[in-house]
Amino acid sequence: MIWNTKYETMSRKELEELQLERLKVQVSRVYEKIPFYQQAFMERGITPSDIRSLADLARLPFTVKQDFRDNYPFGLLAVPMEQVVRIHASSGTTGKPVVAPYTAGDIDMWAEVMARTLASAGMTKNDVMQNAYGYGLFTGGLGFHYGGERLGATVIPTAAGNTKRQIMLMEDLGTTVITCTPSYSLTIAETALEMGVDLKSSKLRLGVLGAEPCSEQMRQEIETKLPIKAIDIYGLTEMVGPGVSVECPHQCGMHIFEDHFLAEIINPETGEQLPYGELGELVLTTLTKEALPIIRFRTKDITSLNPEPCKCGRTLVRMSKITGRTDDMLIIRGVNVFPSQIESVLLEVEGVEPHYIIVVDRKRHMDTLEIQVEVSEDVFSDEARKMEELENRLKDEMESTLGINPVIKLVEPKSIPRTVGKAKRVYDRREL
Amino acid sequence: MKVKQVSVFIQNKPGRLVAMLEVLKAKGVNIRALSVAETTDFGIVRMILSDTSLGAAALREADFTVKETTVLKQEIPDNPGGLLETIARPLTKAGINIEYFYAYLDTSPGKATIVVKVTDPDEAEKVLGR
Repeated sequence: MIWNTKYETMSRKELEELQLERLKVQVSRVYEKIPFYQQAFMERGITPSDIRSLADLARLPFTVKQDFRDNYPFGLLAVPMEQVVRIHASSGTTGKPVVAPYTAGDIDMWAEVMARTLASAGMTKNDVMQNAYGYGLFTGGLGFHYGGERLGATVIPTAAGNTKRQIMLMEDLGTTVITCTPSYSLTIAETALEMGVDLKSSKLRLGVLGAEPCSEQMRQEIETKLPIKAIDIYGLTEMVGPGVSVECPHQCGMHIFEDHFLAEIINPETGEQLPYGELGELVLTTLTKEALPIIRFRTKDITSLNPEPCKCGRTLVRMSKITGRTDDMLIIRGVNVFPSQIESVLLEVEGVEPHYIIVVDRKRHMDTLEIQVEVSEDVFSDEARKMEELENRLKDEMESTLGINPVIKLVEPKSIPRTVGKAKRVYDRREL
Repeated sequence: MKVKQVSVFIQNKPGRLVAMLEVLKAKGVNIRALSVAETTDFGIVRMILSDTSLGAAALREADFTVKETTVLKQEIPDNPGGLLETIARPLTKAGINIEYFYAYLDTSPGKATIVVKVTDPDEAEKVLGR
């Protein structure tokens, strides 16, 4: 279902005209209200009147995470505080979090893009949505909550955690849609199994999963373990939270809500814009944000854009599944590898459970890579030889597909920590 | 004769073996025969239990990875050549491969018991006799 046919099925030409109009307004606002941007523009010798076409976007300065830190907490705020009705903050693993203020208008826009998101995933107002994203400063909880209410669905704000209770409520309240991180959906599946609850006989049919990367293989695991279609969504606190892009039921890329977020792909080393179809770093510009308008934010996420019309009828550009971040690429003995690639290879091998961690270390000046994978009953054999064969098979697959030579360590089930939020899978112990 | 063996995956971490044995003790399950195959990172503990289904269920509930396999339990004379002539030679002659085996001394005087995993338990039973 398309929530907003006007904007989601607009012709590319009309859309680009709208984007330019909105971009000009945003650029003037940031120049006028935010010293950081005024300075950045002056350094490049440009003023808002220089933006006459979408191509001129390339002349504007980038914004990076460090800029948020340098301007913490309210250096990038474009409205007086009394207009700010909410403040969210990102998880920020190092140092100060990203602070995201919202005006009433921003909250309204957010609810709109989230309603579009849920509708695109296949949800309607007749659905019962159990929101197991974290509520609080994290944008996931309230983002989905407002979206569900805007759509007119029945929202159950369980938040993350208390899994046994969540499953009980799922059955008793007739939940049809679960919204949570992909790793938490696996925890739910596992806990249901332990409880002896068969979710296949519940009303659950759809999952809208995001906030962390998820390989295609992981998604298929989830769709096998839970009776749901698992729809991928994308967002980031710096833009608004969830609600930047989402898959449609055809699951062939995530449609970006381009009337609110202008997307580009750049070469992460040179900053040059790349054409459609090429993989590079996603850069986003807000077109309608009031409190926190952001110009050319470098997301560090690697993807490509496809402007071809989609079977669903939407004309909005589609971004491919994020294969990694520019900063989570591991370099192991000179080989570039993304954790997502390791995940794909692991899950291709039959019977391997989606519970693993990657430990990178350095011993005697050499990088070492250890992948710990949980044993399941499916792959367990009473013969040590067969277990060794499994380890070797995994090792061979890694070598032939990725060119890396890991140590595979089979570990007991449940020994790898389960998450309710974003899963941490890479432990890089090297002091670089 | 064919019996069920319970095998358990145990990581090479202090306390895991103790934890497994505690589960069995708590349920009043006795281990009749035992063997361990170990590698650098983990061990596979293979046991014949006094109550296979109770023991396996209890171990699974305690989050151990468990597998039940069919093995053969045969009595052999407890003297030189006992294992060779009663088990090893007949199976090899019949082309049946032995995956692993372990022994224990049972209550019958002059007898030992061999637990053997073969590639074809039904054929092996015919060869060795029930």
